Amino acid sequence: MVSARKPVSAPLVKNILLLDSEGKRVAVKYYCDEWATQQSKLAFEKSVFTKTHRTNARAEAEIGMFDGYIIVYKFVSDLLFYVTGGEDENELILSTVLQAFFDAVGLLLRNNVVEKRTVLENLDLILLCLDELVDGGIILETDANVVASRVAMRGADADLPLSEQTISQALATAKETLARSLLK
Amino acid sequence: MNPRDKKDEDRDDETEYSPFYGIEKGAVLQDSRVFNDPQLDARRCAQVITKLLYLLNQGETFTKTEATEVFFAVTKLFQSKDVGLRRMVYLMIKEISPSSDEVIIVTSSLMKDMNSKTDLYRANAIRVLCKITDSALLGQIERYLKQAVVDKNVVVASAALVSGIHLLQTNPDIVRRWSNEVQEAVHSKAPLVQFHALALLHQIRQNDRLAVSKLVTSLTRGAIRSPLAQCLLIRYTSQVIHESSNGQGDRPFYDFLESCLRHKAEMVIFEAARAITEMRGVTSRELSPAITVLQLFLSSSKPVLRFAAVRTLNKVAMTHPLAVTNCNIDMESLISDQNRSIATLAITTLLKTGNESSVDRLMKQITNFMSDIADEFKIVVVEAIRSLCLKFPQKYRTLMNFLSNILREEGGFDYKKAIVDSILILIREIPDAKESGLSHLCEFIEDCEFTYLSTQILHLLGNEGPKTQDPSKYIRFIYNRVILENATVRASAVSALAKFGSVVEYLRPRILVLLRRCLYDNDDEVRDRATLYLKVLDEEQVAKKYLLEDVGVPLENLESSLRAYTSGYQLDESFDITSVPRDVKGPSAQDKKLAPGKKPQEVSGRGLENGVPAAGAGAQEAYVSLLSSIPEFAQLGKLFKSSPPVELTEAETEYSVNVVKHIFPAHIVFQFNCTNTIAEQLLENVSVIMELTEGDEFAEEATIPLKSLPCGAPGQTFVLMSRPENACAFGKFSNTLKFRVKEVDPSTGEADEDGYDDEYSLEDATVTANDYVLQVAVPNFRNAWEVMGPTFSKGDEWTLGVRDNLNEAVQAVINVLGMQPCEGTENVPSNARSHTCLLSGLFIGYVQVLVRLSFGIDPQKQVAMKLTVRAENQAVCDMIHEVIGNA
Repeated sequence: MVSARKPVSAPLVKNILLLDSEGKRVAVKYYCDEWATQQSKLAFEKSVFTKTHRTNARAEAEIGMFDGYIIVYKFVSDLLFYVTGGEDENELILSTVLQAFFDAVGLLLRNNVVEKRTVLENLDLILLCLDELVDGGIILETDANVVASRVAMRGADADLPLSEQTISQALATAKETLARSLLK
Repeated sequence: MNPRDKKDEDRDDETEYSPFYGIEKGAVLQDSRVFNDPQLDARRCAQVITKLLYLLNQGETFTKTEATEVFFAVTKLFQSKDVGLRRMVYLMIKEISPSSDEVIIVTSSLMKDMNSKTDLYRANAIRVLCKITDSALLGQIERYLKQAVVDKNVVVASAALVSGIHLLQTNPDIVRRWSNEVQEAVHSKAPLVQFHALALLHQIRQNDRLAVSKLVTSLTRGAIRSPLAQCLLIRYTSQVIHESSNGQGDRPFYDFLESCLRHKAEMVIFEAARAITEMRGVTSRELSPAITVLQLFLSSSKPVLRFAAVRTLNKVAMTHPLAVTNCNIDMESLISDQNRSIATLAITTLLKTGNESSVDRLMKQITNFMSDIADEFKIVVVEAIRSLCLKFPQKYRTLMNFLSNILREEGGFDYKKAIVDSILILIREIPDAKESGLSHLCEFIEDCEFTYLSTQILHLLGNEGPKTQDPSKYIRFIYNRVILENATVRASAVSALAKFGSVVEYLRPRILVLLRRCLYDNDDEVRDRATLYLKVLDEEQVAKKYLLEDVGVPLENLESSLRAYTSGYQLDESFDITSVPRDVKGPSAQDKKLAPGKKPQEVSGRGLENGVPAAGAGAQEAYVSLLSSIPEFAQLGKLFKSSPPVELTEAETEYSVNVVKHIFPAHIVFQFNCTNTIAEQLLENVSVIMELTEGDEFAEEATIPLKSLPCGAPGQTFVLMSRPENACAFGKFSNTLKFRVKEVDPSTGEADEDGYDDEYSLEDATVTANDYVLQVAVPNFRNAWEVMGPTFSKGDEWTLGVRDNLNEAVQAVINVLGMQPCEGTENVPSNARSHTCLLSGLFIGYVQVLVRLSFGIDPQKQVAMKLTVRAENQAVCDMIHEVIGNA
């Protein structure tokens, strides 16, 4: 007899969190409805923060299992990056998503230091980055360069008049960084 | 957040510069008027959108009017040709998720973008449209989506495929039509497209085992490039292995999994290793290559890899401890890992794989480790130590000491409870450990801040203490509780004392003195107990009965019966304990309904989990009590049989419905167990419309609708059909679920006032012969056959056509008749050329039926069957033949 077995599913990301060094939200995105209310989301963020903020996740991404979720995380200056997946998720896939997010943010902030201030100043890019990384829990892209160039809408503005002042122009430097990183 | 908090927080931030400092919703909404300017300032508009998104991201909510206004304003921005702004507009529309009547405003703009020359516009437009669209609109754009799936541009193809994965939940029919295109996309050169296409293709085919198996067979030959897609393929492969393997012989696709262990991507290697360890009945030979790669991961510099490996090995250790022992040295070095999750997993793995001689050394290492980990990890360790102790009972002294030491240290309730539970279990399982365990517990309650644990321990002392060598030593500990503790603990201490008094004769006079002192306690319960025990201790037999014997019925059942009794009107009759049901019921459906925001329902489940009780005799009883609670069914007479539930919907659909057929002498009650899985919907007035498509002996008498069906709380609706008394009427019904849908706001849980009527078609239900037969075995078939005699009998010969083997033919006939095979005759020896199978059963009206089946198979695999029936009346004999004839 075939015993009951969980339905096979594609790797799913439950949420991505970007918190500051006090555990406050900088940018978050929940891809599933397991946290239905604002309170439950905040409670989750708080619990994750208290369990992780003392660890040293700067050189290498760290990992833990809390409340039945696998959480991979990586810190830089005053920013804490988290990616959450279900209990049975392949840890290495989650960590690939984390790394892509982390690297893409670095690319998008160009030559600036990755810290809370610069992230908030470029919050539009960070939110777009989350949107290009995962769609409704399904991993959309894992190559940080590709994510960053899609956020910058690279190649989409060829037919634009030069006179227009746009944020895409503000991104010109981002593209330079990209080009450089590609040339390396 | 209240305004003051906000201010305080802002003040904290003052030193820190933030572009959103002092941001207010009202002001930002004001700002969004720039979207309406005839000369759009793209840069400024993008800034305002960012501010709106910031507010949403921080948890601010917009009222419906605000959201509508913002949405309409944002749609104006499609006039701008600015690329960056357009990208923000896409995101904003998704975040604001407009209602269906608003969507129409942006559809044309988005459809225009979908046909744009710019690929990024197309990709984003597809994602936005699919997120906000309804099925009517989807029909219009389906053609584009289907084309987009095979678009040469990677972004566009991925956008369409991922949207397809989401749409499959709501509009499966449309997405299924893309199968060919998706199949083509699986062979795309772009890694992520391949991944998305494979995920979608599998989801389209997941209910078709054969198709999944074919998919796996063709792809494992090496068409996959993307590591993510390869991980998916491994998951699908292990599903196929799981469904096909019978635990013997060579496993299909094992070689594929094994080859993935040499893949260059770590995620694939790990996925494969994990898949191998999770195979059912995996052998040590199959395990060994997987363990080897996991062992390499253990010494990786990356914590994620170490964690993944140690977690998997920990699971393997539960079933195959020997396979993991090779990794013990690497595991021991992980005890000092910076990451405490990894250290805990390493320790618990070692505890599972360790042998008796290593226990002492291990415990020493753990003692240092325990002080610097969090409670939740400590609990895991405590549980591992408990199982270790059960495995090596001789080591109880070391392990029990360890437990009692950590019991004395600081810790929260859950941690202490885990320790106490472990000691309780060890006391129960290892007789030698009893005395030392009890004295550890006595010491613990001297200084225990948790009432629950104190009462639990006192109860145990009362039961176990009197049976020990020297019961008197426990009296002091217990009586101390009476002096020093709160009322709840005092009451259980009094009970424990009384138990000593009743069992240990020489202690009784002293116990009586102690109990008398308790008569002056200032708590009612304590005084009542003391009074009762003083009274019963006078009479030894009564005391034993009251104090030591179990009541004999589950306490929850007793409680609910007593509640029913005290709320009823027949208090002049005394309560009868024999009327309390003895079955232990699962968590009752009623408890679920009391969850906040959910209204209690008209038809109660009465302890039926999902309306389907556990199998066995208890099931029938639970059904009887459910049905008798419904007035319409009161006059139907005795329930003859309830069928097992038959699913009328596919797995993972919006509404899941199964039917249980209850056969009464002249009626059938169809019980539809419905579950609503859509959180945004409340269904009301749910009923099932049954139309007879085959058969003519049924007449519908009543329908009992379900008042309301919130998401996640199963409910039942019933249809009552009459049929000629004691007749075996067969039929087939087409079923439609009818209900009124009310939208539920997920943030508040409130349902909309207005709803609309809707239908959902279900699969057909049939009533066949095996609904009318009870499987009742006869002890001696030959005897029964002779006793029954040939008064009413009928024999005939049938050909069953070509079958693979006799076993298949025998099982088919047993299934059609639904009768009980006797004397193990349902098992056919392999390669048998002929076989006799004996069946017995009770047909409706309690008519006993015996059937003798003789099968024969010829070299061309033609199966012939001789069927002889003996029964208590001729009609049933004829019917059995009719059933076979129609099958």
